[in-house]
Amino acid sequence: MTTEPTPVLEVRALETCFFTDAGTVGAVDGLTFSIRKGDTLALVGESGCGKSVTALSILRLVPDPPGRIAGGEIVFEGRDLLRLSSREMRRIRGNAISMVFQDPMTSLNPVFTIGDQISEAIQTHESVPRRTAWRRSVELLELVRMPDPHRRVHDYPHRLSGGMRQRVMMAMAVACGPKILIADEPTTALDVTIQAQVLTLLDRLKREFGMTVLLITHDLGVVAEWANRVVVMYAGRKVEDAPVDEMLTNPKHPYTRGLIACVPHLQAVPSAERPPLTEVPGVVPSIVELGRGGCPFAPRCAQAMARCREQMPPPTAVVEGHQAACWLLEEATEA
Amino acid sequence: MNGVAADQETLLRVADLKVHFQQKKPHPLAAAPVVHAVDGVSFEVRRGTTFGLVGESGSGKTTTALAVIRLVHITAGQVKLGEIDIGALEGSELRRQRRHMQIIFQDPYSSLNPRVRAGAIVREPLEQLGMGDRAGRDERVAELFRHVGLRPEQQALFPHQFSGGQRQRIGVARALATNPELIVCDEPVSALDVAIQAQILNLLRGLQEEFGLTYLFISHDLGVVQYMCDEIAVMYLGQIVEQADRISLFTEALHPYTWALLSAVPSADPEVRDKRDRIRLVGDPPSPIDPPPGCRFASRCPFAQAQCTSETPALRQIRDGHTVACHLVSDDGVTPMRRSAG
Ligand SMILES: Nc1ncnc2c1ncn2[C@@H]1O[C@H](COP(=O)(O)OP(=O)(O)OP(=O)(O)O)[C@@H](O)[C@H]1O
Ligand SMILES: Nc1ncnc2c1ncn2[C@@H]1O[C@H](COP(=O)(O)OP(=O)(O)OP(=O)(O)O)[C@@H](O)[C@H]1O
Ligand code: SF4
Ligand SMILES: [Mg+2]
Ligand SMILES: [Mg+2]
Repeated sequence: MTTEPTPVLEVRALETCFFTDAGTVGAVDGLTFSIRKGDTLALVGESGCGKSVTALSILRLVPDPPGRIAGGEIVFEGRDLLRLSSREMRRIRGNAISMVFQDPMTSLNPVFTIGDQISEAIQTHESVPRRTAWRRSVELLELVRMPDPHRRVHDYPHRLSGGMRQRVMMAMAVACGPKILIADEPTTALDVTIQAQVLTLLDRLKREFGMTVLLITHDLGVVAEWANRVVVMYAGRKVEDAPVDEMLTNPKHPYTRGLIACVPHLQAVPSAERPPLTEVPGVVPSIVELGRGGCPFAPRCAQAMARCREQMPPPTAVVEGHQAACWLLEEATEA
Repeated sequence: MNGVAADQETLLRVADLKVHFQQKKPHPLAAAPVVHAVDGVSFEVRRGTTFGLVGESGSGKTTTALAVIRLVHITAGQVKLGEIDIGALEGSELRRQRRHMQIIFQDPYSSLNPRVRAGAIVREPLEQLGMGDRAGRDERVAELFRHVGLRPEQQALFPHQFSGGQRQRIGVARALATNPELIVCDEPVSALDVAIQAQILNLLRGLQEEFGLTYLFISHDLGVVQYMCDEIAVMYLGQIVEQADRISLFTEALHPYTWALLSAVPSADPEVRDKRDRIRLVGDPPSPIDPPPGCRFASRCPFAQAQCTSETPALRQIRDGHTVACHLVSDDGVTPMRRSAG
């Protein structure tokens, strides 16, 4: 028997809805997964599948209205975050659990210097004098390897490059030594060389602070190199959950297979032949139009059977630590 | 004409292209800063092939492509599309020749007018250039819809009634309308999900085969570039630092910047990860306003020596069709990376 390390965070049957003119969007629809201490868990899936809403739900930052967490539990250190008072939640946010967003420009305030903003992040959670907070800001900028931190601390966000802004975001996110860092597409807007810098930094901070990371991305290359577990989401649900190498070499869900096959992966030696890329036909449904019951992927799935359109496939174990929600797995074990 | 056969195949010739932008003066007495967005770029593209431009953000890829189709001014140098001297075109003649060169933009959301129906969007270039009569245009637009995998009756819909991938198909149909020889694809799939991206890339390759199209293709995704492009130029701060065919560039990269770029790509393929020597670049590229003397990459190059910051390295041919601008690459193609690996 292997002793599974206890999860730091458990998301159970999470449901988050948006009430819009077009109807109710079940953005997250019964999502269950857990993150073990020290993991970097990647959340992947096409645009609109509910990755960001999951992250916002964990921090209880879903805009209400139009959104609302309609059900489920989010257990962190033995407590259900969904049951905490707003005050208790504020103490967790940015402190025990913090977040870095895709576009740092929208989360940095253009009219304050970065020193002001990092100090503010510190003082929100710790009663330290301004001077101390300011000195720690400079240290944090050094920690994230900001060039020339003593000068940069006085700069306004627009003076910084995209990579430097993301460093500032990371400095703010780790200011209070969080246990969990949620990074929502932290490098999507950056060049590959800068992306490599930022992800290296994230990995180093993770080790130094003993953090657990929830990394949201759509780039399987990033997943392969920086994460150790993956949860693949489709239409607000988890369709597959596995260690990274297992997911890449032995994907079970047709959607995961499609995601891997449709990307022109960089090859060490490019093949002379270039056959057409595998296509996943159709688009992610907007969740309003989904009938409950069937597999959400059925309309796009080349292997869908009659049963797929009627009943929701349950998560099924492939090997230990690897699950997929697809009726094909059941067929395979029954046969 | 009695040019060599290989020469006749060349559709686009760009020679020492420069595009400089004057910025606003910081104060009335100061000199206006000049952005050297494209600073002496030369390349040729064969008909029916795809030529890729890669490089860091701000390296001048878009500006190069826009200058080629005269959507920005050409400060100096020459651009020839077949026999047409693009740089010399003016007024109505420029308008008339526009039919030969079109562009597909990155963002299928903002590049289509939300108040115009899809059919009219695709028809617009035909009308602007006065191509065909009414019935002919109707027929052409319906045919274009089919070519890009849309149904002709979808002409009546507005852009917001399409998905992102379908919107990009409308963009492709619009670019194809005038039967152009050259299509600039500036990050045509960057805003799309991977599943949709595959559909559009397959479409572009299919259309190329069917109509013998020539693409100038820009993407920051090197996997996409490797799949789509026959020939690739790597740009850094307004200049080409390396150029080669798709196989050579990825298997025998010569320039330290190209190495850094390739080694930074996160890969799901263990073979790629194992083969690669990581070069981590520190810092950001210098400003294109005052490009440093010598090699523009020197400030970030782990191999830079004194010569690199004083003398500008010329683009040299190392192997057939493989050129590089780096002092430390020897004439027989030994790179500083190889030397330092010992
Ligand atoms: N404020 C909102 N109002 C209404 N619907 C919303 C809102 N925010 C998100 N949604 C819907 O919730 C669903 C999930 O969105 P989410 O932002 O989580 O997707 P995502 O997986 O993060 O996608 P991306 O990769 O594009 O960031 C989508 O259908 C989206 O339209
Ligand atoms: N109209 C303009 N006026 C002034 N400067 C400009 C203009 N267009 C581009 N530039 C500058 O020229 C340089 C090259 O820009 P360009 O858009 O060609 O880069 P790029 O390689 O396409 O980058 P990206 O990958 O971000 O699209 C940049 O420094 C940019 O700021
Ligand atoms: S359950 Fe059925 S429809 Fe869903 S992915 Fe599996 S095979 Fe396809
Ligand atoms: Mg998102
Ligand atoms: Mg560009």
